[in-house]
Amino acid sequence: MTEEKTPVLEIRGLKISFKQYEKGFQQTDLEVIRELDVKVPEGEIVAVVGSSGSGKSLLAHAVLGILPYNASVSGEILYDGEPLTEKRLKKLRGDEIALIPQSTAYLDPLMKTGVQIRKGKNDAASKEKLRRIFREYELKPEVEEQYPFELSGGMTRRIMNATALMGNPRLVIADEPTPGLHISAAKRAMEHFRELADMGAGVLLITHDLELAVETADRIAVFYAGSTIEEAVAGAFRSCETLYHPYSRALWRAMPGNGFVPIPGTQPYAKDMPEGCPFGPRCEKFTEKCRNAVPWKQTKQGRVRCICAEDA
Amino acid sequence: MKQYLLLIGKNMIRMVLLLIAVSIVAFALMTMSPVDPLQANVGQAALGSMSQEQIEKLESYWGVDEPPLKRYLSWAGDFLRGDFGTSLQYRQPVSEVIAVKLGNSLFLMVTAWILSGVLGFVLGVTAGVFHGRWPDKLIKGYSVVISSTPAFWLALLLLMVFGVWLKVLPIGLSVPIGLEAEGVTFLDRLRHAILPAVTLSITGISNIALHTREKMIDIMESDYVLFARARGESTWQIVRRHGLRNVLLPAITLQFASISEIFGGSVLVEQVFSYAGMGQAAVAAGLGSDMPLLMAITIVSALFVFGGNLIANILYGIVDPRIRRGGAGT
Repeated sequence: MTEEKTPVLEIRGLKISFKQYEKGFQQTDLEVIRELDVKVPEGEIVAVVGSSGSGKSLLAHAVLGILPYNASVSGEILYDGEPLTEKRLKKLRGDEIALIPQSTAYLDPLMKTGVQIRKGKNDAASKEKLRRIFREYELKPEVEEQYPFELSGGMTRRIMNATALMGNPRLVIADEPTPGLHISAAKRAMEHFRELADMGAGVLLITHDLELAVETADRIAVFYAGSTIEEAVAGAFRSCETLYHPYSRALWRAMPGNGFVPIPGTQPYAKDMPEGCPFGPRCEKFTEKCRNAVPWKQTKQGRVRCICAEDA
Repeated sequence: MKQYLLLIGKNMIRMVLLLIAVSIVAFALMTMSPVDPLQANVGQAALGSMSQEQIEKLESYWGVDEPPLKRYLSWAGDFLRGDFGTSLQYRQPVSEVIAVKLGNSLFLMVTAWILSGVLGFVLGVTAGVFHGRWPDKLIKGYSVVISSTPAFWLALLLLMVFGVWLKVLPIGLSVPIGLEAEGVTFLDRLRHAILPAVTLSITGISNIALHTREKMIDIMESDYVLFARARGESTWQIVRRHGLRNVLLPAITLQFASISEIFGGSVLVEQVFSYAGMGQAAVAAGLGSDMPLLMAITIVSALFVFGGNLIANILYGIVDPRIRRGGAGT
């Protein structure tokens, strides 16, 4: 494993909360992300897997510093081993750190794709670079002159990837890059991420699709109700035996190939989050001890946040 | 090209139907109005001292003796032949009266239209970009206060300040009093138009600013602006590249739709400043049962408003690539 090398991105104990007003002027802090840890080494794809509403997209927005103004962030976000300050972020955003967003809605509907990818730059070098990227992605030069509404779903995906390549990406954050894509198109999209990783970039893949993550990622972090609960190499997710957290196992069993068993209950809403382990109320092994803070525990291929992990 | 011809053809039919409807409604309202043209124009006292013959003559002059349907049809027939009739009050061809009044009003309206459009747009964009911060609060506060202020009250206020206290601008009329028509200079006209134009602009600005602000807020919270920010574009770059581009379309619609508001506002404002324009003529024609003049003014206003909306529609098709290329694209 590449543990010794400084990862491109390391997030430790990230907390994100939103200020909210309820019933008049009573202000409350809504904690949406409580304990998020994730590490993205150079040249690897790390998938953060969680169901919708677990705060995955906020993770991407927090790294990029584009959370709404009523959000407050604590914890550590390290880029190349150093805190990612606002000042550094301003320089890196859009160049070394790139976001690949979910849908066409992230493209300006009234701007031609070419200029948009070039961020308005019209110099010869940028134009040449874009032409090269288009050739790589098998996009016709005419596409530069088209508007987002004229693109097909697959083309849009490639365009979004192209936006990342316009800079010199070392960290690529892909937020749900595959929903709505045909399986073959999704696989192709994943190949592009692998190419990015092979070029030396760290890729943080945010998805709800464990199956896809197992296929393409090097490491997987499972995310539940605002916390990372298990992190392991992707191979560990091929079998239920090598997983330690009851939620990861439940996720595994919910995959189409492994029985398609749904998990009973629902993810708790940020406002009525239980003490200790967030999965407690839905866990069959729940004990009183689960109400306390749960520390990380080393496993064979990763780490887990569960006190009954020994029974695995 | 064929599409355009079809569009224009459709709109022409729509316009004709609209004008027919407007003329019928305007005429119906006039016939139902409690204003007695004889009493209004000749006066109760004078009417009392007249012989029956004279009264009958007057009645036929004001058209009271004919049934409404016949009067409408004869007016419509003349109108179609290009004869707008003669104004009963001014005793001049309606077309001449309208030409003069419209000339006076147009200056007010065009100034107000451009000023409120440009300033309203700039203020609205600024407020939207600084959403929630002090420039926004200031602009929003101003706009809300002004849009809840009646235009005539604002007109009176400006008149008191600049006309009565400071004495820098005339208190009313469109030309100086006691001067022959030839002696009136362009500068005189300009000076007389300033206050009404400013009043109209001030009220127009707030509306456009509030609408533009709302649109701009939506845009600044959109996913594509979020993505632009994630790609390292600064706020200023985002406003220039994405904000203005996207807010321009609704702004165009708003700007052309505001013609009707400017038209409506001018009626009140001209009244307060005794400014001899279309608005004032409309009020006079209405109160004096000057049917040919009022009908013509109504038709002209309807044409203006319709034209404004039509231009907005056509511009939209030219500016918005989703409409322009929509057919060929997907």
